Amino acid sequence: MPIVLKCHKGIGPAVTGTALVAQDNFSARYDLDRLAGTFSRPAHKLYGQSYKDKILVLVTAKGGVASAWMLHEMAARDMAPKAILFDRANTILAQGAAFAELTMLDRFEAGDPTTLIRTGDELKLEPAEGRVTILDRDA
Amino acid sequence: MKLTDEEKAMLAGAQGPARQWAIRHQIAVGEFFDASDFVSVGQAHIMADTESLGEAGVAWLEGLAALPKPERTVRIPTITDPRGLDFDSYKRLKQTDAMADIEGRATRAFEALGVLMTNTCINYQTILPPVRGEHLAFGDTGVVIYSNSVMGARSNFEGGPSALSAGLTGRTPRYGYHLDAHRAGTRHFAVAHQPHDLADWGALGGIVGRATNSYWEVPVVTGLEGAPNSDELKHFGAALASFGSVALFHMPGITPEAPALGDAFHGRPTPAAMTIAKADFDAFYAGYAARGDKVDVVVFAAPQLSLLEMQQVAGLLDGRRVHADTSLVVTTSPEVKFAADRMGLTRRIEEAGGIVAAGVCFYQSYAREMAEANGWKRLLTNSAKLVNIIAGYGYQPTLASMEHCVDSAVAGRIR
Repeated sequence: MPIVLKCHKGIGPAVTGTALVAQDNFSARYDLDRLAGTFSRPAHKLYGQSYKDKILVLVTAKGGVASAWMLHEMAARDMAPKAILFDRANTILAQGAAFAELTMLDRFEAGDPTTLIRTGDELKLEPAEGRVTILDRDA
Repeated sequence: MKLTDEEKAMLAGAQGPARQWAIRHQIAVGEFFDASDFVSVGQAHIMADTESLGEAGVAWLEGLAALPKPERTVRIPTITDPRGLDFDSYKRLKQTDAMADIEGRATRAFEALGVLMTNTCINYQTILPPVRGEHLAFGDTGVVIYSNSVMGARSNFEGGPSALSAGLTGRTPRYGYHLDAHRAGTRHFAVAHQPHDLADWGALGGIVGRATNSYWEVPVVTGLEGAPNSDELKHFGAALASFGSVALFHMPGITPEAPALGDAFHGRPTPAAMTIAKADFDAFYAGYAARGDKVDVVVFAAPQLSLLEMQQVAGLLDGRRVHADTSLVVTTSPEVKFAADRMGLTRRIEEAGGIVAAGVCFYQSYAREMAEANGWKRLLTNSAKLVNIIAGYGYQPTLASMEHCVDSAVAGRIR
């Protein structure tokens, strides 16, 4: 049986993809080289790694309001993550996900998703149901 | 969400596609945060620099701007955060004509929507200060935290699309800091070492922010001797919001929702305090230290400078000259720039070799491209917010007092 994680109802379409997990936070302005599609802040735990088409799993959103536009701009260039899962989103990333039609979920019943999901896990995200399934690991 | 008849009409498209998009966007966000309904807001403040917007965002705005005037015009006063470029100074900062072109397009689109191009992140000092209890839809985290905490107004961090939506609909979903329940203190910090200057106030914000580290936490800061001024609270709040994603703080006896310590926690038991000592300040500065290094650019920005800060910078530069291998950049709001021009402050800063840019805030101004074009790497500033942001753009930032920054700009090395 795949592992099913329940969470708050999310934003955006249902998607599947590969997880990139860190116990760190997220700001499109502070943390990313958006042209290269990589984490560019040296102190970030995903420094140097590509986020394109990944399902990012992080603790919370940090920093400025610019991320709300940036997700849309990144998606228009096909340089966005496929989805973002947070332990707790902030308003900006939720607004940005709504504008960019990017999938976002948070508030998991079993706790912080960075402790539940591992990098490389294949995930199915269903925002309308508030459900994330780890497809390639058994409960 | 419970909708009024007017909101239902907007959602159905009866007021045109712009307001229909806006309220649909707001409902998606409101439902994510379990908002029960909308609340009317008095002003909206849009962060929408062209670097963030990109071609996709500008083209999207131009689509709205092409709608008939009654359908596209905002219905409450709607103002803007700093822009990506100042037309009077961009060539000196080695920004490009392509950047100026896209900036012009974005500005024309916003103007067509009826947006006032205030281009400032210190609107609470220069445009119309918020009032206690006033509901707002403000962008720029520094603007929101100041308006919520120092003025007692009520706003969430509203990203550009959401603030523009609020301008178009005149309302915002009632969640987060619009609700009393979210405004109670949740953390307690006792200051055992008094901040001495603006960099120290920013450092204090950074220390509290790192320890708080959540949009949904409300730090309460005690132990301050005397009331800080507006610029000090501006740097404290901007750094707290930047390092911690925090939107509201209380300072008992200073900020309006906390006349006394118990009020800050809404009558609940006061949590044990985390003490902030001189060693915490020293460690914060040490994290950015670079004594003896060549300094490429000294920046006074983030937030934009008040008229009083402009006077301080001018005074420190009088009779001195910025080193030939170092740049010194000052950013302020257009309103302050007009005043600084009139009072001779701009001339004094620029005669010493500085550049005064208006309507921008450095990090929102293609910072990576400016670094490459100017050969900038080591950046010195008195803004804790800026040192937090700018490393992501390839800079090596150092934090120091305004006096120390000016001394280093003149010497060309970090003193």
